[in-house]
Amino acid sequence: MTIESKDLADAGPGGVQDEPFLLGDREFQSRLIVGTGKYRDNETMVRAIRASGSEMVTVAVRRVELDRSKEESILHQLSPEEFFILPNTAGCYTAEEAVRYARLGRAAGLNEWVKLEVIGDESTLLPDVHATLEAARILVDEGFKVMAYTNEDLVTALRLEDAGCISVMPLASPIGSGLGLVNPYYIREIKSRLEVPVIVDAGVGTASDACATMEQGVDGVLMNTAIAAADHPTTMARAMKLGIQAGRLAYLAGRMPSREIAVPSSPTHGMLD
Amino acid sequence: MSDEGGGEEIPLTVNGKDRAVPAGLTVRGLLEHLELVPELVVVEHNREIVDRSRYSEVTLEAGDRLELVHFVGGGKAAERDLENRL
Repeated sequence: MTIESKDLADAGPGGVQDEPFLLGDREFQSRLIVGTGKYRDNETMVRAIRASGSEMVTVAVRRVELDRSKEESILHQLSPEEFFILPNTAGCYTAEEAVRYARLGRAAGLNEWVKLEVIGDESTLLPDVHATLEAARILVDEGFKVMAYTNEDLVTALRLEDAGCISVMPLASPIGSGLGLVNPYYIREIKSRLEVPVIVDAGVGTASDACATMEQGVDGVLMNTAIAAADHPTTMARAMKLGIQAGRLAYLAGRMPSREIAVPSSPTHGMLD
Repeated sequence: MSDEGGGEEIPLTVNGKDRAVPAGLTVRGLLEHLELVPELVVVEHNREIVDRSRYSEVTLEAGDRLELVHFVGGGKAAERDLENRL
């Protein structure tokens, strides 16, 4: 098994060099964050996550299954020494519930970070932004470093930043939908107005989605299903790593303006009569 | 052999299910009784999180409600009624 290097997008000699990805008080090389759910088995998960080059992985807090014969904490599979473990509040529907899960995650003793997610609607899994903001304020006050999942609404993003979140995480499209980036304009708007890192969370389906998302200039992307539900998760993880890097480089390069007329790229003079 | 069956038991609710355990157990004792690794489990005792450094100090009483949780694979929202949610 090859362990992929965890590198910045490499622009090569003479290229625009990227800066490290600063988040809270930490520095990351990879701009890809991955979830650890939905894999068919642990071995596939670990191999795929290593292939993705991600340094940060999200985990969920759940009851220990007492009738299982052995302890099945995911920390047996993913060492906190190899990966930064980000507890999330996935599946919470109220601010109170999310705060409870966040506190339990912190009590595990790894760090004081939380990926805050409060769902407001069961069929679309769209976030409850009011409850998210309420929970964010409580958790920031308790000393948490909060990364907040939200929709692509600029005003909510600004409020979450004001509340003290270390990152705001607008969706590309609904969780697990694989629809890709449906609203690049709003994502660019959020990125241009916030000072904290903007990480697009949810909706990416394939590598071109990851690339297109990074081309908007956001700081990173968080995904899970796109890798876990691919026919070959390890191969998709590698594709996502490259897609993220390609998108980042394209952003740094500064794309040509798009226009709806053709413009020749060869000289128009010097043609034969 | 001398203590087998002779010890008093108390009822607890652990992860939503009623369970009888030997009387006088501490949180650490309960985790050991259930063959869990204390370093990997977070304990909520009657809705209060027990700091891991106090696992040996907190003694359980009849009727106490405990939630024993740990980290599992997860990305985004799961089904709402998933069995192992709190």
